[in-house]
Amino acid sequence: MTTLVKYQSQLVAKPYFIAAIGLFIGQILFGLIMGLQYVWGDFLFPEIPFNVARMVHTNLLIVWLLFGFFGAAYYLVPEEAERELHSPKLALALFWIFLVAGVLTILGYLFVPYATLAEMTGNDLLPTMGREFLEQPTIIKIGIAAVALGFLYNIGMTILGGRKTVVNIILLTGLIGLAVLWLFSFYNPENLVLDKMFWWWVVHLWVEGVWELILAAIMAFVLIKTTGIDREVIDKWLYVIVAAALISGILGTGHHYYFIGTPEYWQPIGGIFSAMEPIPFFMMTLFAFNMVNRRRRDHPNKATVLWAMGTGVLAFLGAGVWGFMHTLAPVNYYTHGTQITAAHGHMAFYGAYVMIVLTIISYAMPIMRGREANSKKAQAVEMWSFWLMSVSMVFITLFLTGAGILQVWLQRMGEGLPFMQVQDQLQIFYWLRTISGTIFMIGLIVYVWSFFVKGDDVVATD
Amino acid sequence: MSEKFTKSMARNIFFGGSVFFILVFLALSFDTVQRLPERDHRENITESVVLGKKVWEENNCIGCHTLLGEGAYFAPELGNVYIRFGNSKEAIKAFIKSRPKNGIPGRRSMPQFNLTEEELDGMADFLKWTSEINTANWPPNIQG
Ligand code: HEC
Ligand code: HEM
Ligand code: HEM
Ligand SMILES: [Fe+2]
Repeated sequence: MTTLVKYQSQLVAKPYFIAAIGLFIGQILFGLIMGLQYVWGDFLFPEIPFNVARMVHTNLLIVWLLFGFFGAAYYLVPEEAERELHSPKLALALFWIFLVAGVLTILGYLFVPYATLAEMTGNDLLPTMGREFLEQPTIIKIGIAAVALGFLYNIGMTILGGRKTVVNIILLTGLIGLAVLWLFSFYNPENLVLDKMFWWWVVHLWVEGVWELILAAIMAFVLIKTTGIDREVIDKWLYVIVAAALISGILGTGHHYYFIGTPEYWQPIGGIFSAMEPIPFFMMTLFAFNMVNRRRRDHPNKATVLWAMGTGVLAFLGAGVWGFMHTLAPVNYYTHGTQITAAHGHMAFYGAYVMIVLTIISYAMPIMRGREANSKKAQAVEMWSFWLMSVSMVFITLFLTGAGILQVWLQRMGEGLPFMQVQDQLQIFYWLRTISGTIFMIGLIVYVWSFFVKGDDVVATD
Repeated sequence: MSEKFTKSMARNIFFGGSVFFILVFLALSFDTVQRLPERDHRENITESVVLGKKVWEENNCIGCHTLLGEGAYFAPELGNVYIRFGNSKEAIKAFIKSRPKNGIPGRRSMPQFNLTEEELDGMADFLKWTSEINTANWPPNIQG
């Protein structure tokens, strides 16, 4: 098969991207199931209880994003380092290990009662299960750590033996951080407060810390390739963005230490620093738009440029604006653990991490398949999917925000009404969310279809 | 960005700033861990509470409920359920025990977990202990 990659080993990214998209479909399917359970309480009960659907939804999200990050690294690290990947064989072996482990975990959730799964996998020996996002059996957690380690070795050796660009250094720093912080998923003390405190070292320090480095590095790579802007300019932006991310995001962890038993001094500290967290996201938006406006070439892959700019905008809205909305302690006191949180979680994850993975896939897939960009027709279909998914996600967020505001009003103000009674009054918002979710699913189907649209290939114009 | 602001300045801010704030964060975390005993009343973590936390985890209660505001938003907050149920462990046990196997038609349902008496006691003790954590006065009212 023909391909346009500069280094043959970049092609290992392809199975990673395909698996990512496959698992993405599964994630959204279970999102829709939960959307229906929100309005028909007994839907699929007791076959698929809500908690099971939720584990499948969130774990598939995390796993497919990791597939996306790994694929992105395998694709861009050799090109940046100007040499072949240290070991394409290892990359392919890890791909299969990770995929099998991931699929087994999901099947385990679906077909074995969770308590039985815990027993079967020896949770007693090292109990780590049953915490939000970290539901995987301990043995699977160890597997994830091993895969990450092998991956870092492969990427690290490639970078060490090649050209050390800023993109590669920042990406590697982010990926090392990802692996190191994962180790805290093994720390599960008997004291719930300590458990919660360090749980955030995985969850917060991932999405508002090291993952931002990965995001920024992928964004920089794509912008270099599609705009032809000088590296010196890009590198400077990159450093400033990741500096702002870590300077605000590390102490910003404090915005989760308001009401879980940790001391009150976290309220001002977490508030002030997390209030600065939107800055790196805003800079990312400026970065994307500025580079595209000052571009030195017109890359034929218009869809990629659209994804990149979309990432800038929706990451800023979801993480920056929706994050800021509830990040100060006096506000969070009322919104903590409501649909407001769900609204923010959705748009932030989609805008930042889903979209950056779709950006690099959009850029790299055509090249791996032997053309600089897809045909105009295929790109048009892909751009349709961009708008369908992005607009429906904006609506999901708006409806959940509406639900959240009403929930806070009815449940948390004054005496308050009981939770279940309040939920009944939010039905209309949940219906609208589920309808938007269905449109999201249609957008995703259109996205997958765009890979199969034929048409005359677009050739480079510069 | 301006010419005077060089790439190496940007790099130094990144590395210097990150290392500095990592150290501050570690110091504050250390201080927090020192102060926690008076807030979490760990002297009350009995064997039964420990068992309760394990049962909590191994049945994935967090997949529907929030606990101190974290978790899922499908079912009531349980950090203060002990108080909401009139400071009654028995009421908590009775509720968990009485969930119909096939759910309640048309209503969001909680599974029947078939917990043993010992596990039920552990769960109730765990939820009681949790309700006594100093959470800076959260939640705003009894509804959670
Ligand atoms: C599949 C989702 C689900 C799971 C898993 C789940 N619950 Fe529930 N739980 C609910 C729902 C829904 C309600 C509200 C029931 C109602 O009001 O009819 C509820 C209510 C409760 C209540 C009463 C709260 C109140 O204020 O009325 C307690 C106590 C409780 N659950 C404990 C637990 C424990 C302990 C576990 C884990 C062993 C658990 N739940 C797992 C869905 C779930
Ligand atoms: C891309 C980056 C981000 C992602 C993916 C993200 C995602 C999430 C998710 C999934 C949760 C829910 C966690 C849980 O289940 O308990 C959450 C909570 C929260 N996020 Fe973010 N977030 C991001 C950035 C931000 C930023 C920049 C801010 C602040 C400006 C912020 C503020 C908050 C706050 C305050 C909470 C706690 C909500 C509560 O009390 O219930 N987030 N975030
Ligand atoms: C790419 C798109 C999506 C992303 C990135 C995403 C991400 C997430 C995340 C991070 C959570 C955990 C939220 C938290 O703890 O605050 C979550 C939960 C959830 N998602 Fe999604 N999701 C997506 C699409 C959907 C769709 C299309 C639907 C349904 C129509 C949906 C329905 C739900 C529901 C019902 C929950 C559970 C909320 C709760 O705990 O009560 N999601 N999703
Ligand atoms: Fe956070």
